[in-house]
Amino acid sequence: MEKIILWLLPLPPLLAFFVILVLTNKNRALSHGLAIGAAGLSWLGTMIIFVRALGIPQFGKNVIESGFNWLPTGSTWLQIGVLLDPTSAVTLFFVAWTILMIFVYSIGYHNYGQPAGEHDQKGLPPGGAMVTDEHGHAHKVPSVEPMYSRFFAFICLFAFGMYTLVVSNNLLTLFVGWEIMGLCSYLLIGFWYAKPAARDAAVKAFMTTRVGDVFMLLGIAFLYSATGTLSFREIFRPVVLHVLATTVTPFFGLSAAGLIGLLIFIGTVGKSAQFPLHVWLPDAMEGPTPVSAMIHAATMVSAGVYLVVRMFPLITADFNGQTLTPTMSAIAFIGTFTALFAATIAVAQNDIKKVLAYSTISQLGFMIAAVGVGAYVAAVFHLVTHAFFKALLFLGSGSVIHGMQHGALHSGDEADPQDMFNMGGLRRKMPLTFWTFLIGGFALSGFPILTAGFWSKDEILAEAFGNGHWVIFAALATAAFLTAFYTMRQITLTFFGPPRSQAAEHASETPWTMTVPLIVLAVFAVGFGWLGIPEQFPILGGILPNWFHAFVGGTLQTPPTEPLFNFIPLLTSLGVSLIGLFCGWWVYRGVRSPQTDFLQIPLLKNKYYIDEIYNRLLVKPAMWISEQFTYLFLDRTIIDGLLHSVARLALFLGGAFRNYVDKPVINGLIGDGTATVVKVSGFNLRKIQAGRIQYYMIVSITVLVIIAALLYFLHFLLA
Amino acid sequence: MSIPLSWYLILAAALFCIGLFGVLSRKNAIAILLGIELMLNAVNINLVAFWRYLDPSRMAGQVFAIIVFATAAAEVAVGLALIISVYRRRSTILADEIDLMKW
Repeated sequence: MEKIILWLLPLPPLLAFFVILVLTNKNRALSHGLAIGAAGLSWLGTMIIFVRALGIPQFGKNVIESGFNWLPTGSTWLQIGVLLDPTSAVTLFFVAWTILMIFVYSIGYHNYGQPAGEHDQKGLPPGGAMVTDEHGHAHKVPSVEPMYSRFFAFICLFAFGMYTLVVSNNLLTLFVGWEIMGLCSYLLIGFWYAKPAARDAAVKAFMTTRVGDVFMLLGIAFLYSATGTLSFREIFRPVVLHVLATTVTPFFGLSAAGLIGLLIFIGTVGKSAQFPLHVWLPDAMEGPTPVSAMIHAATMVSAGVYLVVRMFPLITADFNGQTLTPTMSAIAFIGTFTALFAATIAVAQNDIKKVLAYSTISQLGFMIAAVGVGAYVAAVFHLVTHAFFKALLFLGSGSVIHGMQHGALHSGDEADPQDMFNMGGLRRKMPLTFWTFLIGGFALSGFPILTAGFWSKDEILAEAFGNGHWVIFAALATAAFLTAFYTMRQITLTFFGPPRSQAAEHASETPWTMTVPLIVLAVFAVGFGWLGIPEQFPILGGILPNWFHAFVGGTLQTPPTEPLFNFIPLLTSLGVSLIGLFCGWWVYRGVRSPQTDFLQIPLLKNKYYIDEIYNRLLVKPAMWISEQFTYLFLDRTIIDGLLHSVARLALFLGGAFRNYVDKPVINGLIGDGTATVVKVSGFNLRKIQAGRIQYYMIVSITVLVIIAALLYFLHFLLA
Repeated sequence: MSIPLSWYLILAAALFCIGLFGVLSRKNAIAILLGIELMLNAVNINLVAFWRYLDPSRMAGQVFAIIVFATAAAEVAVGLALIISVYRRRSTILADEIDLMKW
């Protein structure tokens, strides 16, 4: 029963994708009904299976798994199958919730029920429609998205990819889901394909993640050649892990396990936008906001972390519990560096979605760092809570942008609806959005006790501290401080103070399809953290059992122990979040324009010029090579030259045949010759056609007599 | 039965040659038509003679002769009609002058 549900989980969105694409493309209500119905079915299946899994004692040992041989590869088979263990169960839980909420939200975001805009065209965001009310006043109101059904088809395909990735029990189908999501990410970032920025961002995202995927595929291939299987539970058998950990490879003295882990981790670096492959994620904000929420905050980028979490036993195969292995050090370094690095960029961004994008990169860095220091449970915990509150924040920002666009259309204000320095005072205009955004922001900042973000981030800090990684601890604490600071900066600029533009002045609350998902996600952003309160936490510890740690920790062969309780990380995480929040409010409470914002440092504003460096170092040379070498030299000179020579030879042969064969022999001799003979003989023979009947008769009779005489003589001579 | 078959054949050959000569030598279209009639009748004599001398029990020779009569009658009717038509258009019945079909 559970196995069947698990097999069927990814299918409804896939079916919905095809049906919308082929049949219901013209009908908006049917399309979103199908999409949400499919997401709802998958959600229902997830909930059923999740509840059942909770009832299984020792679930980490008694997982739900089913598989079969799929592709023969000589002597062995590639197996595919599904697997539900505690880690994939909690992942499935947040994936199902966020996907369903974001699907519902998309209805409102794409202005379902509004009239079609007069000047709207496919490939551009809707620009508003004029309507006349009953009093005869003309208003400009938001118009419905021109490619409404297409959007739902794409997100359905995406949901299929994500579900496939989470339920698969092997790297092969995981990689398939991974790539399907990559494709959907490309399609949805470039959803408004008539915008050059969106097009470029889509290509950039696809190319950048491709870099990671190539290494990941190398890692998978290496793993397959080393072990002969890609199924997780086969690979994670102690015997196999021991062999992998003790095999030495020629690369940097890494063990096979370390090298495979590193290669697969590079895939994560691409997908989860870690330094140095983080550049695509901020640009990906060109896509519609539900896409940013779903793909670029809650699910797809989380898939990268999910992958390293999945491969955790392999990555830590040669970890003795004391000093980090080179692979783990690399992972911890990348994660920590990204967390701090992206946080510093986020404080100087003015686009509401860009701030969240860098915040996502930074938070993913936290998770990666947690995996790097061996804090398995903390990474998964932050993965789940982050998915909830970051989806909430993105949807909230979408709601803000939507309200701003509404105000802009109403007042005719041309201000950029995404620039926070055009906002302000939205607290009163959009109360529901404000309160949910505040909850999400506090969760992101790690507001103590109440919010989920506090518990998960605290656990990462505690693990880093408890295992003695001081530098990582300090860097992450700084990043957490910056997180609280830029979050409060964002909230202050957006919601507090007087409005900074006409658009903000006339902004209005968004429809219920958008606010209900916000409320649902806000509940999780607060409540989910209470499932993972450490046992030894003062006062609160022990009231609720640390269910999350026990449940998820059971996935590993040897369940990890909670780090020893220490006041230093606790006070640090309390301090950085409260001080950060206060500073954010205090500094920005009176800032009216970017000129008076002291953090608009060019270096931060321009994201450390990484895009420019990549452009100079990679894009330009690649363009130069493709232009000069591939196009001009290879293509034009060699290939075209070869083709032209062949063509010239053919032309020469053709000319020779024409001049020496066709014209004299065929035309002259056969064609014209026949005609000439016929003509001359006709001219000469016509004289016998005298027209006199008696002349004809004489000729006839003469010929008759001759023939008779001939026959007569022949007859007798031959006889 | 004292007259041998060859006499009839000689008579028919003579008659045929007279007719042929008439057809080739006379200018008048009607005279040519008469010559043709002579040739046809020479053939008839041959048919009847062969029937009588070789196989009198079968009627083929007489039947053939009657068919030739009928054909000759039809031919004369068509031929004279043509000649009258030509005469009305061109006021001549000389074969040499009716040479519209030359090159």
